[in-house]
Amino acid sequence: MDTEKQAKIIEPVIYDLGSAGRKVSTLLPECDVPETELPSELLRDDLDLPEVSELDVVRHFVKLSQLNYAIDKGFYPLGSCTMKYNPKIDEDTARLPGFAMLHPMQDPDSTQGALALMYTLQGWLAEIAGFSACSLQPAAGAQGELAGILMIRAYHVDRGDTARTRILVPNSAHGTNPATSSMAGFTVVELPSNDDGDVDLEALRREADESVAGMMITVPSTLGVFDKNIQEIIKIVHDCGGLMYMDGANMNALLGVIKPGELGFDVMHYNLHKTFSTPHGGGGPGAGPVAVNDRLKDFLPGPVVTIVEEPNELEAAPLYGWTMPSKSIGRLKAFHGNFGMHVRAYTYIRMHGDEGINAISRHAVLNANYIRVRLADTYKVPYNRMCGHEVVVEGHFEDAPGIHALDISKRLMDYGIHPPTNYFPLIVPEALLIEPTESESKETLDYFIEVMKTIAAEAKENPDLLHSAPHVTPVSRVDEVLAAKQLVLCCRPVTVG
Amino acid sequence: MAYIPHTDADRAAMLAAIGVNTVDELFDAVPAEHRFPKLDLPKPMSEMEALWELQALANANAAANEYAMFLGAGAYNHYSPSVINHILLRGEFYTAYTPYQPELSQGTLQVIFEWQSMLCALTGMEAANASHYDGATSLAEAVTVAVAQGRNKRRKVILSPNIHPHYRAVARTYHQGTATRFVGDKSGRATLDDLIDMLDDNTAMLVVQYPNFFGQIEDLTGLAQKVHDAGALLCMVVDPIALGLFKTPGELGADIVVGEGQSLGIPLSFGGPYLGFFATKNEFVRRIAGRIVGETVDADGRRAYVMTLRPREQDIRREKASSNICTNQGLLALAGCVYLSLMGKHGLRRVAELCYQKAHYAAKQIAELPGFSVNTTLPFFKEFIVTCPRPVHEINTALLEDYHIIGGYDLGKDYPDRTGQMLIAVTETNPKSEIDDLVEALREITKG
Repeated sequence: MDTEKQAKIIEPVIYDLGSAGRKVSTLLPECDVPETELPSELLRDDLDLPEVSELDVVRHFVKLSQLNYAIDKGFYPLGSCTMKYNPKIDEDTARLPGFAMLHPMQDPDSTQGALALMYTLQGWLAEIAGFSACSLQPAAGAQGELAGILMIRAYHVDRGDTARTRILVPNSAHGTNPATSSMAGFTVVELPSNDDGDVDLEALRREADESVAGMMITVPSTLGVFDKNIQEIIKIVHDCGGLMYMDGANMNALLGVIKPGELGFDVMHYNLHKTFSTPHGGGGPGAGPVAVNDRLKDFLPGPVVTIVEEPNELEAAPLYGWTMPSKSIGRLKAFHGNFGMHVRAYTYIRMHGDEGINAISRHAVLNANYIRVRLADTYKVPYNRMCGHEVVVEGHFEDAPGIHALDISKRLMDYGIHPPTNYFPLIVPEALLIEPTESESKETLDYFIEVMKTIAAEAKENPDLLHSAPHVTPVSRVDEVLAAKQLVLCCRPVTVG
Repeated sequence: MAYIPHTDADRAAMLAAIGVNTVDELFDAVPAEHRFPKLDLPKPMSEMEALWELQALANANAAANEYAMFLGAGAYNHYSPSVINHILLRGEFYTAYTPYQPELSQGTLQVIFEWQSMLCALTGMEAANASHYDGATSLAEAVTVAVAQGRNKRRKVILSPNIHPHYRAVARTYHQGTATRFVGDKSGRATLDDLIDMLDDNTAMLVVQYPNFFGQIEDLTGLAQKVHDAGALLCMVVDPIALGLFKTPGELGADIVVGEGQSLGIPLSFGGPYLGFFATKNEFVRRIAGRIVGETVDADGRRAYVMTLRPREQDIRREKASSNICTNQGLLALAGCVYLSLMGKHGLRRVAELCYQKAHYAAKQIAELPGFSVNTTLPFFKEFIVTCPRPVHEINTALLEDYHIIGGYDLGKDYPDRTGQMLIAVTETNPKSEIDDLVEALREITKG
C-alpha cells in the first residue's frame, strides 16, 4: 500500500485490522445436541466479515469514540435539538433485565410491569401537553408527524370530507413538516412569515378554505419566538374546518408554561430524545409519541395500552392490555414503539416530578435569553425580542465580508464548543440557531459568550483563522463534494451480477 | 430536583442582564389565560427511589433472564457479547447528535461506513444506508423506492402472506394516503406461484421473506427473473443471522433487501429500539431514504467520512423529499457493527449453525410427542410450525405458570386457518436441557 496514503489514515477500517483466520473464540458454546446435516444446496459460499480479536474490536471502537464530540465532553448548543444532559441513571433503568430481556410478543399477563410503565407514561405525556390520549408507538419525531397527519387525514375521510387536500406549513418550519405532508398524500402550502417572525395572518386567511385539511406549526417557532397570534391562527384554521398540528420539537420551552391542548391544538408529537432527555445516540434511536384531543383519540396509531380490568377486591393492581383504537390509522412500527426510550423518559419524568418539570423550561428560556442579550451587541439578532429556549443570530458581519456562519461554526470547534445549528431556519441569512438548554451553568454560558465575541473580533482581524478552522479536531474541513462524486459507500465492494 | 445548576445568585444576575425581575416575565408573549397551568404529576423522587420503583416494575415482568424463551416471531433472544454494552455506554457515542459536523463526528461516521460495508457483505448487495427505525419501516420505505422507480405509474405491490404480519400492516399504514395498493396476502394462503401470477405491468415490487415468517426457506430460484421480466423489483425481508449460513439475497437476484437487525446483539427490550436495515443495488442508491455515509478526504488529505447524497433528504428537499426520516437508529447500528466485528467471518456462521442444529433437535423431539406434529414440508432455519393438540394459549399459560417457559407464538392470532399452530423459535441461547424441559412440559400439559 502507498505509505504516504497509509500515514493519512487516522484509524483503519475494522476490515484492515486483524488477520485471516483470527477469531474471537470465547463467545459461543459447543453444540450440545445431536447434529443434523446442513442443506448444502441452500448455503452461501463465503462471508466477508472481519477476522479480528476481541481486543482489536475494543480498541478500534474506543478509538473511534474518541473522534466524536458529545454532550458528555462539552457544551452542545445545537438549536432545535435540545442537547441537554442525559442522566446516567436512565441508562441503568432501561437495562434492567426485566425490561431488556422482555419479549414484545409475550402474553400481556406476563408483561404487566412494562405495560404499567407505558400506561403511566401515556398519561403523563397527555397531561403535560393538555391532551386526552397518547400513543407511544412512533419511533421518532418524524414518525410522530406522519402519525399526526395521517390521523388528520383519517378524521376528514371518516366524516366523508374527502376534498381536503392541502396542509399549511409556515416557511420557518422544519423540513420534516412539508416532507411528512407529502408522504401522506397532501399538497403543501407554504405560508410566509412577517417581519416579527410570526405567521403572516393575511396570507393565512387567503389560504384558509374548505380544501385545507390542517396546519402544522412549531411552537415556539423555529425562529425561537412565541407567535403572538397563535390563538388567532388556531381559530382561522378551525373555522375553515382544518385541524391544528403542533410540532413538539420545541417543547423544552413549554413544560409547565403552556399546554398546547388547552390552546386548541388537536394533535402534537413529542421528541422524547429532546424534551425528556433520552440520548440522541449519534442519530437515534429517538421516540416520537403523539398526543391528541378527544376529536382524534379514536384514530391514534396502535395498539395502545389500556386498563382491561379495574382493580377489585382480589387484585390491588389493574390488569393492563393492548387495545387498537376503534378508527386507528394502523400500526407504524412492528411491536410497540421504542420501549427502551419509554423507560428512560419515565425515569426522567418520575425523578423530576411536577416541581422539576416546571423548572426545566423556565431555566432553558432563561439561558437562551441571557445569551440573546449578551450577544446582541456583537451579532445581529434578527428577532430581538423575548425568545423561547433558543435564539437565532446571524453569522456574518458587514466589516468582515468573507466570513460566513459556517466559518464561525468551525472556529467554535477550536474552542471546544459544538457549533449551533447553522443555515436553519432557512429564512434567516447565515443563521446560527443557539439552544443552550437548562443543564448548562452560567459559567458555561459566559465562556460561550466570550468565545463568540472573540471569534467576531478574529473575523475582522484575522479572517483566515476562521476560513481554515477547525484546527484542533481529528480532521480538518472535509470534502463533501468529493464524497458525492466518488460515492464510496462501502469498503468491501460487492458487485451484483 | 432536576439537573439544573443555577444558584439564586446566577438567576438574579441573568435576569438583571436580560432586564426583567422574575423568570415569569420571560413568558409575557404566551397567552395569559393559559400561562403556567397546573401539572398533575407526582412529586419529585431521588435517583435511589426512582431506581427502586423501576426495579419493581421490571420485576413484575416474566423475562428471558428467568424464563426459558422459545418465542420469536420477529424478535429473538440471541446472545449479546459483553463488549457491545461497554461500547454502547461510551458517552462519546451515545450522547452525540447526528453527525452533521463531520470534523466532530468521525467516530460515528466511520461506524456507519463500516456498518454499511458489513451489511453489503452480509446481503450480497452493493450499497446500504445508515438504518431505519425497524424492519417493518424499512419495508415501507422500500415500497416508496419501488413506486418511484416505476415513475409513480406502477402502483401495485405484491406481498407474500408469509411476511411478518406487522411488517405488512406498517407498509399499509405508511402508504394509506397514496395510490399504492397492496395485494397477495389477503387469503393468507397464496403460494409463490400465486404471487407470480399477480405480476403485471402495473406492479412496482414483489416482496418475500427469507426465511419466511414461519421460519421456512422457500425455493426462490428463478423468482427474480420472473419479477424482472414483468418490469418490477424484487424485495426480500431477511433475518441477518440466517445470512450467516444461507445464500445471499444478492445471489437470489434481489433488488432491495430489508430486515430487522435486532438479532445482532440488540436486547429484546419489549420491542424496541431495534435496527431496520436497508441494502440495495447501486442503481437505486439515489432513490433511497435515510442517511448514507461516504468516504472522502479532509483539507489535509486525510481519509475522512461524511454524510453524502444529502440533497435527497427532508431538511434540504422539503416537500419533494421521498421520506421525512431524519433520526435513524445510529446507536443500534453501532451495536450491529460491533456484533458483526466480534462474530466475524467464522462466528456468525457458527451462531447460525447452532440455531439450525438446536431448532432441528427441538423439532424432532416435539414431532415424536403424542398429538403434536411439526410441519417440515420446507427446509427451516431457527423457527418451525407445531400443530398442537390443545389451544395454543392454554399450553402457553401452563408453560409460563408451571414450568417457567415462555412458549411459541400463537399463529391463530394472525392466520385464522392456523388456529392450533404454534411457532417455536430456538436459538444458540437455548441449551439442550431447556429444549428437553420444553418437550417434557409439552408432554405433561397435553397428556390424557
